[in-house]
Amino acid sequence: MTDLSVDRELKALIADVLGLDPARAAALEGSSGLFGHLPELDSMAVAGLLTEMEDRLDIVIDDDDVDGEMLETYGGLLAFAEAKLAEAA
Amino acid sequence: MMSQWPAPLGNGGQSEELLVSFDKARARRVLILPAWFDEANKLRRFTLDVMRALDAAGIDSFLPDLPGCNESLAPLESQTLAGWRAGAAASAEAVGASEVLAIRAGALLVPPGLPAWHYAALSGPKLLRGLIRARTIVAREAGLSESAEDLMAIGREAGLVLGGWMIGADMLRGLESAEIPASDNARAITTADLGGPGLWLRAEPGEDIAQSQRLAAIIADGGSSPA
Repeated sequence: MTDLSVDRELKALIADVLGLDPARAAALEGSSGLFGHLPELDSMAVAGLLTEMEDRLDIVIDDDDVDGEMLETYGGLLAFAEAKLAEAA
Repeated sequence: MMSQWPAPLGNGGQSEELLVSFDKARARRVLILPAWFDEANKLRRFTLDVMRALDAAGIDSFLPDLPGCNESLAPLESQTLAGWRAGAAASAEAVGASEVLAIRAGALLVPPGLPAWHYAALSGPKLLRGLIRARTIVAREAGLSESAEDLMAIGREAGLVLGGWMIGADMLRGLESAEIPASDNARAITTADLGGPGLWLRAEPGEDIAQSQRLAAIIADGGSSPA
């Protein structure tokens, strides 16, 4: 999976979780705030997001991987997903 | 229509539980086994919309509460996987179901022998993984450290509160190894089949009439034999 397609997949997933239209999801930037910034993203929604990431990107996310930094911004989450995929490759 | 049905309890007793029905004594009678816990709330409107669309397609449907779910007065923490399976089978008999639509973890309860549609079936281990992950994220935010392994070790003995749901030890032990039963008579329906993302992913309960109607149409087109 290329970096661009990871970016696209992750934006589509966030759109699904937040009920955003594709245009708003496409406007997410590296510094866009996620957990702690968006009231919709409570712990249950984040848990669902991570589980869905595992399914769609075919990665395994350990509990130890999950920290505030990776969840705080879109850029953090994207970097995490890319690192996981590189690890698996 | 809202009525009640007598749900069996593990101790030999019965519990009167809510039954939502679209019943016009038609040939096809679909028992709905809904999603569980948090997902039940997020998919409730979707589920009712599927029932309305089935009704419009000339198909009866029935949505029973199991003990401990939705409006039930029975405590959730004393419910077990075996108890819910028995409850699902009893409800199928009570409504004279010709087939089953199981949504998400509802697929864990499909009575053997009935044709079934599984929408985005969720196994016990995956269900637990999501719930436990939500709890560890909250703990971490609060500066506490809880590991999934430690939580399960406690839960197997004493039960756990996960996502605000008090889940008993027996249920947790059952879910750890609960897989979707393989059946020649079941057909899987995916989110792609409905042309949209699963509404359980949403942070808030929502609805999507197009998805509900698509699901009802798949059932209506499939005849009474999914597979």
